[in-house]
Amino acid sequence: MIQNLDQILVLLQHWLASFLPAAWQGAARAFISAAAIVCVFPALFAVAVWLERKGLGRMQNRLGPNRVGPYGLLQPIADGIKSLTKEDIVPLSADRAVHFLAPVLLVVAAFMGFAVLPMGRNMVLVDLDAGLLFYYAMGASSELAVFMAGWSSRNKYSLLGAMRAVAQMISYEVVLLLSSVVVVMMAGSLSLTKIVESQNQYTWGFPHWYIFTPWGLAGFIMYAIAATAETNRSPFDLPEGESELVAGYHTEYSGFKFALFFLGEYVAMFSISGLGTTLFLGGWSAPFSFLTWIPSWIWFFSKLMLSIFVFIWMRGTLPRLRQDQLMNFAWKFVLPMCLLNLMVAAVWRFMDNYWLRWVVCSAILLLAYEGLGMAELRKKNIGPRSYRYVE
Amino acid sequence: MSLVFYLITALTVAGGLASMLLKNTVHCALAVTVAFAGLAFFFLNLDAQFAGFAQILVYIGAVAILVVFAILLTKGSETPKDGVFSRTWLSGLAIAAAVFAMLGWAILHTASMLPGATPVPTVTVRQIGQALIGRYVLPLEIVAVLLTVALIGAVIVAMHEKEGTK
Amino acid sequence: MLGEGILKGMAETARNFFGSYFSADRMTTVEYPEQRIAPFEAARVFPFLVYDAKNPGDAADWEAGLRCVACQICEKECPPKCIYIEKSTGKKPDALGKPQFYPARFDIDISVCMSCQICVEVCPFEAIKMDTEFELSTDDRFGGLLLDRKQLAKSNEYYHQIHLTEANGVDARLAAEKAKAEAKTKAAAGAAAAKATSIAAAAAGEGA
Repeated sequence: MIQNLDQILVLLQHWLASFLPAAWQGAARAFISAAAIVCVFPALFAVAVWLERKGLGRMQNRLGPNRVGPYGLLQPIADGIKSLTKEDIVPLSADRAVHFLAPVLLVVAAFMGFAVLPMGRNMVLVDLDAGLLFYYAMGASSELAVFMAGWSSRNKYSLLGAMRAVAQMISYEVVLLLSSVVVVMMAGSLSLTKIVESQNQYTWGFPHWYIFTPWGLAGFIMYAIAATAETNRSPFDLPEGESELVAGYHTEYSGFKFALFFLGEYVAMFSISGLGTTLFLGGWSAPFSFLTWIPSWIWFFSKLMLSIFVFIWMRGTLPRLRQDQLMNFAWKFVLPMCLLNLMVAAVWRFMDNYWLRWVVCSAILLLAYEGLGMAELRKKNIGPRSYRYVE
Repeated sequence: MSLVFYLITALTVAGGLASMLLKNTVHCALAVTVAFAGLAFFFLNLDAQFAGFAQILVYIGAVAILVVFAILLTKGSETPKDGVFSRTWLSGLAIAAAVFAMLGWAILHTASMLPGATPVPTVTVRQIGQALIGRYVLPLEIVAVLLTVALIGAVIVAMHEKEGTK
Repeated sequence: MLGEGILKGMAETARNFFGSYFSADRMTTVEYPEQRIAPFEAARVFPFLVYDAKNPGDAADWEAGLRCVACQICEKECPPKCIYIEKSTGKKPDALGKPQFYPARFDIDISVCMSCQICVEVCPFEAIKMDTEFELSTDDRFGGLLLDRKQLAKSNEYYHQIHLTEANGVDARLAAEKAKAEAKTKAAAGAAAAKATSIAAAAAGEGA
């Protein structure tokens, strides 16, 4: 019974495909999974938009939208209707073909990432051997879409925003990849299903999630930083900061194309959170061995929504980073920590004493963190403010 | 030679032709990106997953962006006034035909020497990794050194330019 | 420790988030128009004319009790010149009994008024004061925003309701003036009476 509940979506998929002749069933199953992804994640997008507006409001001592439905639940629908019915303005000198294709490419690249995420036991769309590499390949395609959007608008502010966004995304792509390479190293495979399965073991009730190891925690923090920067979320949202560049690379987009950019950003957030939970938080595995009766896909989606809440929380807390601060942070602080993390993971793997390796690895990471941090801060001479008055 | 192969061929050739024939340079860069994607699909069609995804990651994710940045920063995006076709097109065509003939002869020659339709070996990432660390470790390290040298060189050139403008 | 500031910030936002459901301190939103906060005592929006009703609650004699004597000082002092006054031809008795002019027309254009309160400060008769009514939206951009005498006239009781301390001060001042005027008339009456009796005594003395 529990197993049926766990596999209920897989069984549903097989049942729907069974109506077709046997030769088409494989393709039908794939199509049904893809259709499910395309339906579920935009619905989650609506929920996330509502959650963001209400959550940010509460963090800022105000109510969010509360007029459209009970507690503003129908606000995303109102927003959707608004963006669908707005006039689609394309600047006169804009490059029409590229202007049209940019949001399309962004949304396609964002959705492609879901194909390799294991959302539950036996619930992957495609179980690729090089699944993680596929995910990052799709993420790289979205950078090109951002550039296309900024360039085709023939607006120097859009172009500036696009170039900043691309520079930021490329720098943090390196960090993203390196922080996930640690997991690949320890799991021994690029396949995401194998990574989840290697975390799905329990010792004394506690799971073997990688976040519960020193290198895993460091890797997760760096992955989270890189994920926030990749999806242009606060505090790395300079490319789309309203006070800086109007709206950055999507200034010249109105109506449905803007909604597509918005959708693409949130879907990218979902997929990168999904990858983060798969790599570090155990994917669909339950946190304690006595909780495995709860279906696996519920665990996956709850961890996903928790990550989204942390994204929203960070947005409500931190001010925006300036472009040069952002880049300095990536190349001078996070990247060396990532490389050190690789070494620490290797030490962890080859050290025999179980408890000593905790101490050694944590000590190395903490010392490096403090050391690098102090080195960076000392250069800046940050102290209490001093004032100079006109005589 | 299945339908999928022909479709991917059409995509790649269309991308290549478009990158040659379009007037706007940035459009050409985007068309060459389509050609890169076509190449990646070829790799995937041959079950070389790692090569295919690495192609997308590196070519589309980095090289294409590099190309468009280069076009942007060197004012290449304006439509050239004297037309896109050069005056020496006849000799260009002759050289291209000669290179194509040589490549075609080489491929067909090796194809005819293969012992017939062998099953495609599934190369896993693990095997690639083991080959890189085992048999090909020296080329790997040399490539790493080369990349480091290129990176340092780029930083030095940028630093000199910064000092030059001061 | 590095990163401590971020964690403290996150703790504060979390406290904000959870506290907003429980304490009014962390949820300062007032859902206008369903909820309203009472305006402060020193709030001011646009001017109004004060009238003293003879019988409290009797709004009919606003015209008779209007304190304004159409001296036109506020019209001259108003910086954007939003007040338009037409003096009357006849006079009517004011609070102290003295016959005074009154405004036949007193218009304030509230689309021009900048709430500077200069008209209140210069009025010698405590006739014009600042109101706190702000829900004056109308769909008539020109006529609807020109308030005339009748719309501007509000009773002294209303003035007490919106600015209690100020109104009490004004009432005290007006009462003092009235007392001073009455004392003067009584003294004058006393002097006149004394003069009349002395003249009568002199006449009686002459007659005898």
